[in-house]
Amino acid sequence: MALLSKKDANLIKDPLADNNPITIQVLGICSALAITAELKASVVMAVSVLFVLGMGNVAISLLRNIIPSKIRIIVQLIVVATLVIIVDQVLKAFAYELSKTLSVFVGLIITNCIIMGRFEAFALGNGPWRSFLDGIGNALGYGIILVIVGFFRELLGSGTLFGFPVLGNPIDKTGLYAFGYENNGFMIIPPAALIVVGIIIWVQRSRNKALIEDN
Amino acid sequence: MALNTEKNSYTVIFAAVMVVIVGTILAFVSSSLSSKIEENKRLEKQQNILYAMGVNENSGEGSVDFVPTDKVAGEFSKYIKEQLVIEGDKITKDDQAYLIDLKKQSTAAKAGKTRKLPLFIGDKDGKTFYIIPMRGKGLWDAIWGFVALDDQMVVQGVYFDHAGETPGLGANIKQRYFMDDFVGESILDGTKYAGITVAKGNNDPLNQIKDDNEVDALAGATITGNGVSAMISESVNLYKDYLETIRVK
Repeated sequence: MALLSKKDANLIKDPLADNNPITIQVLGICSALAITAELKASVVMAVSVLFVLGMGNVAISLLRNIIPSKIRIIVQLIVVATLVIIVDQVLKAFAYELSKTLSVFVGLIITNCIIMGRFEAFALGNGPWRSFLDGIGNALGYGIILVIVGFFRELLGSGTLFGFPVLGNPIDKTGLYAFGYENNGFMIIPPAALIVVGIIIWVQRSRNKALIEDN
Repeated sequence: MALNTEKNSYTVIFAAVMVVIVGTILAFVSSSLSSKIEENKRLEKQQNILYAMGVNENSGEGSVDFVPTDKVAGEFSKYIKEQLVIEGDKITKDDQAYLIDLKKQSTAAKAGKTRKLPLFIGDKDGKTFYIIPMRGKGLWDAIWGFVALDDQMVVQGVYFDHAGETPGLGANIKQRYFMDDFVGESILDGTKYAGITVAKGNNDPLNQIKDDNEVDALAGATITGNGVSAMISESVNLYKDYLETIRVK
């Protein structure tokens, strides 16, 4: 027996490609632009969102029948904010170094529209297990794009990956730099992320024509 | 019976109960972790002060590694010989001086009170370091740091940190290559306490000119860089009178 039924497996698989939160649903673009100048920051953000979205989806799903619809957005916001504050405090107490690296990201998760988007679109109408899978799937789909964008921006913008120089030293002119290669300063500013995301969307849609909308 | 979640009274009760529950959880988490968080912050301050005077575990290019937390208390009392509190003309010794909150002191100064200025005197291999804490504003939030000077007012080491500068841009003030640029620069311009300017286009990207009171700026982080310049000049000027008494002319 498979670990997950086909329907459940699709909850994880779909957001990775054909229903990706960033490239198809166009959610979470803001953080994809802001924090992908470095690969490490992208990975950390992806992991944090994975935790918050997984837990949050379950919490909202459990509460879905008793949340008054008039204030459901506020309730969702409180759930995210509570989770984020707990994560932040626990990190500060037990992994201080890591919490320094995360600095602003933890707080930024609250404003990530993927989270509210999934609460609203999925967790409010589905059971906890399916909501959990949906949260994990969407967070992974989000994380993949973040890592791809972070990879190219750090490599082309700073010539490093995870902070390690991979293309040689630009000041001493070693490695690629010896042949006249220069880092592209444009890649470290946010508009470059938009271009990289655009290219990903282009590649994805030309591979899968079904994603192209008629108008 | 299904709950009628549309009623106003239900909405109000739900909101009230939720606030109480969430508030209790957060208050519990915060109070049970706060002592541990405070302790982490205290050790970090000691690590930062030691880092500025060159007591660290840096290995190889680009590494910024502190003395490990389990050893820092011992190293701190070994290398930091004196902690002074300068309050107007009064200078007192206080071995808790490193815990003085610069932000509170600056608020007190604005209210017309005399600021308490902590200063640390370190000694490593027979050399004396005067370490000044600094605090200023970056682009998004506070930036702070420590600068270690010798008796000629030449920078021997710095440490910078920030609350929320942009990763990859302003956050790079805590990168080794940026902090190391300050070493060897003088904070004096003639006899004036000019500080050190983070300058764009100073035609000295390798930072070979050490007497220009300038280091090369970070691309894409102009405002954070300006914040660092302002922080250094403001901070050293607060200590000007004391520094004049120890400066070897």
